[in-house]
Amino acid sequence: MPPGTKIFDFSWMFGHLDQIWVRIVQHLQLTVIPLALGIVIALILAIIAMRRPGTYGPITAVTGLLYTIPSLAAFAFLGSIYGLSLLTAIIPLTTYTLLILFRNFIAGFNAVPAEILEAAEGMGYTRRQRFLRVELPLAVPLIIAGIRLTSVTTIGLATVAAVLGDPFGGLGQLITEGIQSFFPTKYLLGAILSVLLAIAADLLFVWFERFITPWARARVVR
Amino acid sequence: MDDVVAFLTDPANWTGTTGIPNRLVEHLVISGLALAFAVLIAIPLGLYIGHTNRWSGLAINLANIGRAVPSYAMMVIPLPLTLTLAPVLGYDPTFGLVFLPIFIAMSLLAIPPLLVATYAGLRSVDRELIEAGRGMGLSELQIVRRIEIPLASSIIVGGFRTATLQVIATATIGAILSGGGLGRFIVDGRNQGLAGRASIYAGAILVAALAIGVDLILAAVQTQLTPRAVRKQGIQAVRAVTNLAEVAPGGGATGGPAI
Repeated sequence: MPPGTKIFDFSWMFGHLDQIWVRIVQHLQLTVIPLALGIVIALILAIIAMRRPGTYGPITAVTGLLYTIPSLAAFAFLGSIYGLSLLTAIIPLTTYTLLILFRNFIAGFNAVPAEILEAAEGMGYTRRQRFLRVELPLAVPLIIAGIRLTSVTTIGLATVAAVLGDPFGGLGQLITEGIQSFFPTKYLLGAILSVLLAIAADLLFVWFERFITPWARARVVR
Repeated sequence: MDDVVAFLTDPANWTGTTGIPNRLVEHLVISGLALAFAVLIAIPLGLYIGHTNRWSGLAINLANIGRAVPSYAMMVIPLPLTLTLAPVLGYDPTFGLVFLPIFIAMSLLAIPPLLVATYAGLRSVDRELIEAGRGMGLSELQIVRRIEIPLASSIIVGGFRTATLQVIATATIGAILSGGGLGRFIVDGRNQGLAGRASIYAGAILVAALAIGVDLILAAVQTQLTPRAVRKQGIQAVRAVTNLAEVAPGGGATGGPAI
C-alpha cells in the first residue's frame, strides 16, 4: 500500500455504486443457479438412496470426493479444458453442494419416526401422499439446515472463481482487481460484501425455517 | 493433455524453488503451521466447553459466523492492517503482504470445525460413563483425559479432517497474494495466457491429489481411533454421530466449506 493511500475511500464507493451492484447481482446468480441445480440433483439422489439403501455408500463416496477437491483447482481444471465461462464456474459450484445436501436430505427423512409412518399407512395414505404430507414436512428442518449451510458455502466458493478471470465476475472480481491494482477500497469492499451476503443468506434461511414450520414454534411457545 | 504430461515429467519442473517438490513443501509448511496454531486454540477451548457445557451457545454461534466468512475474503480483510503494522512492529513488508494474511486466514478458518467437533465429540459421550468415572474417584481432568478424549477422538479427528481440507484449499488461493505452494502453478499459468494452460492444469491435478491423499490418510486414522465395539457394529454408528454434529440445525459447522 503506497503511503498516503486511504484504507477505505468512501467517495470511490459512492461513485461506483452501479459497478458494485452489477457484481452483487452476478454473485447472487453464481450462488442461486448452483444451489437450485444442487437441490434438484441431491433430492433425486436421496430418493434413489432411500429406495435402494445399497447406493448410499457409493453416493456419499463420490460426492465426498468431489467435495474434497479444492475449489481453485476445480475452476482451473474445467477452465483449462473448456475455457472460462459461466458454465465452468457453475459445474464445480453445483458439485460442491451435493454432499451436504444429500446427507441432510437423508438424515431428514430418516429422522421421521417409524410409528408416524405406520400411522400414516394406517390412515390409508398412498406412498406418494405419505411422502408429500408426512415425510417431507417432518424432514423440513434438516433439509433447510442443509440448504442453509450450502448457500453460505457457495457464496464463499463463488468468490474464488474470480481468481482465474472475469467471464462470470461476482464479488471475487472486486477482490482480485483491488489486489492487482493495490487499491484497498476495492478488495475490502468485495470481501466485506461477500461476508455480509453469506451472513444474510444464513439469517434468511433461519427465518424461512421458522416461517414454514409453524408447528415447531408452537411447541416452543407451549 | 500431452502438454500436461510433458509439464509434469519435465525435469526442470522438479528442481529449484519453482519446482514441484519445493512448492509441495511450501504448501505443507504453511498448512502445518496454521493447523498447529488452530489446534492449540480450538482443542483446549473445545474440551473446556464440551466438558463443562459452559459458554457453549456463544462459542458455537461464533464458530458458525466464522464459517460464513469466505476464505478469499478472510485473506484480504487483514491485509491493510498487516501492511500498516509492518513499519510499526518492524517486520518485512513482504511478510505482511504475503505470509501474515494467508496464515491468519488459514488459522481462523481451521478453528471453527475443530472447535465444534471437539465440543460435539465430548457431548456425545454417554453421561452415565462420566458419572461412573466420578463414582470411581476420577478428577475432572482425569475424566476428560481417560474417558471423554478417547471416546470423542474419532469425532475430533473428523473435525481435524475438515479443518485440514479447508487449510489446504486456502493455501492454494494464497498464491494470488504471491504466497508459495502448489497454487502458484495455477496463478502463474493464468498470468501466462494460453501458454500457461499446461501449468494451470498440472497445478489443479497436484492440488486435488494432495487434498484427496491427505484426506484419505486422515480417514484411515479416524477409522483406527473409532472404539472397537463401535467399529464392529460397522462404522455407521460413528457416522451417525458425526453427521448429527454436521447437520444439526444451528449446531453444525463440522461440514464447513471446502473453499
